[in-house]
Amino acid sequence: MNLISDNVNQKELRRLAAKEGYTFFGLTLPYLVLVIALIAIPVGWLFYLSFIGRDGTLSLENYERMWKSKAYIKIFITTFKISILTTIICAAIGYPLAYFMSQLSKKWANICMVAVLIPFWTSLLVRTYAWLVLLQKKGLVNNILIDAGIISEPLKFVHNTTGTLIGMVHIMLPFLILPLYANMRAIDKDCMKAASSLGATPTRAFWTVFLPLSLPGLLAGLLIVFVLCLGFYVTPAILGGGKVIMAAMKISSNIEMYFNWGAASALGVVLLVVAGIILFIASKLVSVDQLGNR
Amino acid sequence: MPTSFFNKNVSETQIKLKNRIWLYAISFIVLFLLIVPSLVVIPMSFSASQYLEFPPKEWSLRWYENYFFSWKVENGFNDWMSATWTSVKVAILTIFVATPIGTMAAYGLVNGSSRLSKILFPIFISPMMVPIILVAIGLFYFFVQFKLVNTVLGLVLGHSLVAMPLVLIIVFSALKNYDMNQEKVARSLGATRFRAFREITLPQIKFSIVSASLIAFLTSFDEIIISLFVAGGDNSTITRSMFLALRDQIDPTIAAISTILIIVSSGLLILVQLLGNKDKST
Repeated sequence: MNLISDNVNQKELRRLAAKEGYTFFGLTLPYLVLVIALIAIPVGWLFYLSFIGRDGTLSLENYERMWKSKAYIKIFITTFKISILTTIICAAIGYPLAYFMSQLSKKWANICMVAVLIPFWTSLLVRTYAWLVLLQKKGLVNNILIDAGIISEPLKFVHNTTGTLIGMVHIMLPFLILPLYANMRAIDKDCMKAASSLGATPTRAFWTVFLPLSLPGLLAGLLIVFVLCLGFYVTPAILGGGKVIMAAMKISSNIEMYFNWGAASALGVVLLVVAGIILFIASKLVSVDQLGNR
Repeated sequence: MPTSFFNKNVSETQIKLKNRIWLYAISFIVLFLLIVPSLVVIPMSFSASQYLEFPPKEWSLRWYENYFFSWKVENGFNDWMSATWTSVKVAILTIFVATPIGTMAAYGLVNGSSRLSKILFPIFISPMMVPIILVAIGLFYFFVQFKLVNTVLGLVLGHSLVAMPLVLIIVFSALKNYDMNQEKVARSLGATRFRAFREITLPQIKFSIVSASLIAFLTSFDEIIISLFVAGGDNSTITRSMFLALRDQIDPTIAAISTILIIVSSGLLILVQLLGNKDKST
């Protein structure tokens, strides 16, 4: 008797659990529909367009153009050069700052965090515009340098690679600091104490204990910055003054000026694949919700 | 004595202050460079000159006048106020699309099977991962077919797409820190699931939801790339108009608008920081 009613009971519980499962899936449906309608379908369509040639038939001409045309090769070189340089500079100045913040008390670290977050949430355009004002020929930076007697003629900081790099480093730095700082905070301070008690000098303890433990955060930050740089548009368009052409700008001009959807799509697909590979590596190194913790 | 000051220990591993001086110096310089450059637009916005000279020789409010009295002005000038109004409208509507959809999805993912969230989570944050330029031209192509280009609805859909992952991540982590058994208790006492959510869970994660919606607002308000392609004509957004103006000529009105934007976003950020800590303390 007991056995039968237990079975019935369990069956009913399983049925309810399955019903619950559908409810939870149902709650995610609106999100899923929007992502499919607004990303999967449009990007899938662009993917298809990238294989359509000028004459309307299937062809690989849009991809062939990329390694045959000098203009495209130059764009790839520029895009990678700017992205790599920005990433390296961000790491070089972001690591000390993140390390400094990780050594502070929680209260002071939070104050520094607000300082990192304010530019993060200030409009990209505002920050790019500010650099345009600062770096121009008669801007503050040139004025200070001339007044200090370091230079006699104003230097050209904007409408070239230098200006683009300065602006991009400023915009990307928080993306490097946030995962790196989170990682450094999580490092057990006792590790450093242990190294010290075993006779390591502070410098040696840093190089052999702290640095290796902070590598996952650093690597995650580097990869995020690099991927974001690859697709960057606004800052190079304004601070580069038309002289620094990156992939995203070429995509845009292919559509706005030449109405060449095939060429634009192919370039976009290459960008997506490169970004996808890098993000896949990143996801193996750190959990995804840590990356978005802004 | 200054020497004893520099010999003070700054960590538990006998690092003295003098060993760390370079670290403090670099950190302060970097923090300075993070915050101060953006602030240069504030004095610029009060300059009387139409050239970008710094420091300004004369002061005036003309660029603010230019901005606030730009309603439907004739050709050759930007209608900044209409663009601002479009941006505000779109950003508010984005809150109402992105926040409920993101919150529902977060609730479903937290409570559903781990397999479900393992598959869906990467898909749901894909709008943050796909290069935004690709999303923008894809949306443009897609919206042309449905006559959604240059419409508020098109902009709201595009902006919700980029705002939803942020809402999802914020509410998801709030729900992860929350003990779902409290809902079970309510339901064992006879409440429906919806009532248990509304009366037990919602009050405890409401600050996270409010800060998620503020971030959705800001994300939409600052968005440029999607707006560049999807907006136009009467429905240009403020960031789109600013970008186009910056690409062509340097209009100091942008300094005035930038100053206003800095105040708005810092205000919202402070609000988010205050709200973010509130859920955890209760």
